[in-house]
Amino acid sequence: MSIGGNSFDLGRARERCRRYRRRILDISQQVAALHIGSAYSCTEIVDCYYNALMRRNPDGSSPDTFLMSKGHGCMIQYVILEEYGLLSRADLDAYCTPEGRLGVHPDYGNPGIEAATGSLGHGLSMVCGMALAERARKTHGIIYTVLSDGEVQEGSTWEAVLMASSLKLGNIVAAIDNNNFQSLGRTSDTHPSFYPLTDKFRAFGWEVAEVEGHDSAVIYDAVMGREGGRPLMLVAKTTKGKGVSYMENVPIWHYRSPNQDEYRRAIDELESAR
Amino acid sequence: MRNTFAEALYREATENDRIFIVVADISPVGNMASFREQYPDRFINVGVAEQSMIGICAGLALKGCQPFAYTIATFSLYRPFEMVRDDLCYQNLPVTVVGMGAGIIYSDHGGTHHTMEDIAIAGAIPNMQIIAPCDPAEVAEATRWCARQKNGPVYLRIGKSGEPDLTKDAEPWQFGQLRCLRRGSDVAILSYGVITKMAWDLADRFVAEGKSAAVYSCHTVKPIDRDGIASVLRQYRHVVVIEEHVPQGGLAPQTKQIAWDIQAQCRLDTFTLQDKFIHNNGRHHHLLAEHGLSLEAIAPQVGLG
Repeated sequence: MSIGGNSFDLGRARERCRRYRRRILDISQQVAALHIGSAYSCTEIVDCYYNALMRRNPDGSSPDTFLMSKGHGCMIQYVILEEYGLLSRADLDAYCTPEGRLGVHPDYGNPGIEAATGSLGHGLSMVCGMALAERARKTHGIIYTVLSDGEVQEGSTWEAVLMASSLKLGNIVAAIDNNNFQSLGRTSDTHPSFYPLTDKFRAFGWEVAEVEGHDSAVIYDAVMGREGGRPLMLVAKTTKGKGVSYMENVPIWHYRSPNQDEYRRAIDELESAR
Repeated sequence: MRNTFAEALYREATENDRIFIVVADISPVGNMASFREQYPDRFINVGVAEQSMIGICAGLALKGCQPFAYTIATFSLYRPFEMVRDDLCYQNLPVTVVGMGAGIIYSDHGGTHHTMEDIAIAGAIPNMQIIAPCDPAEVAEATRWCARQKNGPVYLRIGKSGEPDLTKDAEPWQFGQLRCLRRGSDVAILSYGVITKMAWDLADRFVAEGKSAAVYSCHTVKPIDRDGIASVLRQYRHVVVIEEHVPQGGLAPQTKQIAWDIQAQCRLDTFTLQDKFIHNNGRHHHLLAEHGLSLEAIAPQVGLG
């Protein structure tokens, strides 16, 4: 087991994230709809977890765990798992088809999927349980997770927030994909008291870092530089639909596939950003 | 029952470091207090936060542990229902959800503390198994089984305290199998859980009137022992079901369904809680009686004088 994060290279991280977005775009052409905006919103966070932070055994497996609490963002997880060879190209080609095993939300039992998190507000408690198991059994794994900001409105999330810090679960690294959007509009309009987020988690005893959620280097540094001893929450400022200009902060791209013309424009934008 | 549960779980947990006890702000009775002191890493009190109790158990089980969630039945099953369904049942994890004081044992606490429809609710979820032991010794057997099984989630429905021993002369306990507690040939009474004592007393009344009555503990309510019940329905001319549960979704309708399926010819009487919330701040037996569950109310309906 290699201890310590994988080496971090910003240029490579950017290239990977571009590639992942491109792959998701391609899959979008197979189906009528997918959560593209939600996946693009947390692309850098999930990439950083898998490719820079989670430790790797020589066989490629990890002693650490990633649980996608915002299950609807799983498209980014699928394409990364494809790259790791845990899911096959055929699996992704059969996304949302009767022959395939991958659906709109992650399903427990599929390779690399740690929990079925289609319903929001479940992930963080399961993360606490996993972290407790790692500690009690002295297996020393770190549990990584991403929550959506809408998910933080669930009372059950706050039950877990309270427990994680009360139990001093320093082996939890969580991030809120704080893109300020949910189905009925901007969270800052519908729930102004939702903010400030940072103070809330700090008040609950978490170590908190505010980060720019599309800057892989900042995410990496915040996690590697944490004090530890208690759970870490990255409050990550993100942009829904990040990477494709016409998707950014436009709610309809929460769950829609681009048409052919939109697809070509998106490809052009991703390629020109190289 | 809860003390016996705590003792049985303590024995299992001291031998198996994968067993965790996750409770929601409920006083640790008997040996649970010792467990808490000896193994603080494996005794978790989430406080008044039952959704996280179930979610944490799921996370533990996802990492190969064998957790028990423990609190008063309404709060262990109803409050965190979606966590029970999604986290435990959908993912098919070996977590035991212990519903303590199930039925209407908490009579004077009001309807918020009554678990009258738990069998229907838990039983409707795929993968869920349900065990409702009839006495402390059965609680011990069931707890031991739950601590070692890998099938998936279990709802373990137990009482509270003071339940008499009904299984001293019974055949051995086996998950999924109807258990004969006392033999008889004229009438068979099927029951589960704490109210099995009423079935026992009803059998005594039959005996007093010169009839021979058998009592069966249908402790495993899901998967129900269809063959065992079918055999009872074929073997006896008169079968009685007594359960502390609303009329829908419990043992009574399932027994009727099996009776239809096999075209049973016996007389079949069923006695359940009523489909209503009844306000009665008396003791357990007072509230049961208001639901029509008392020897005095049942005896004339089963042909006793």
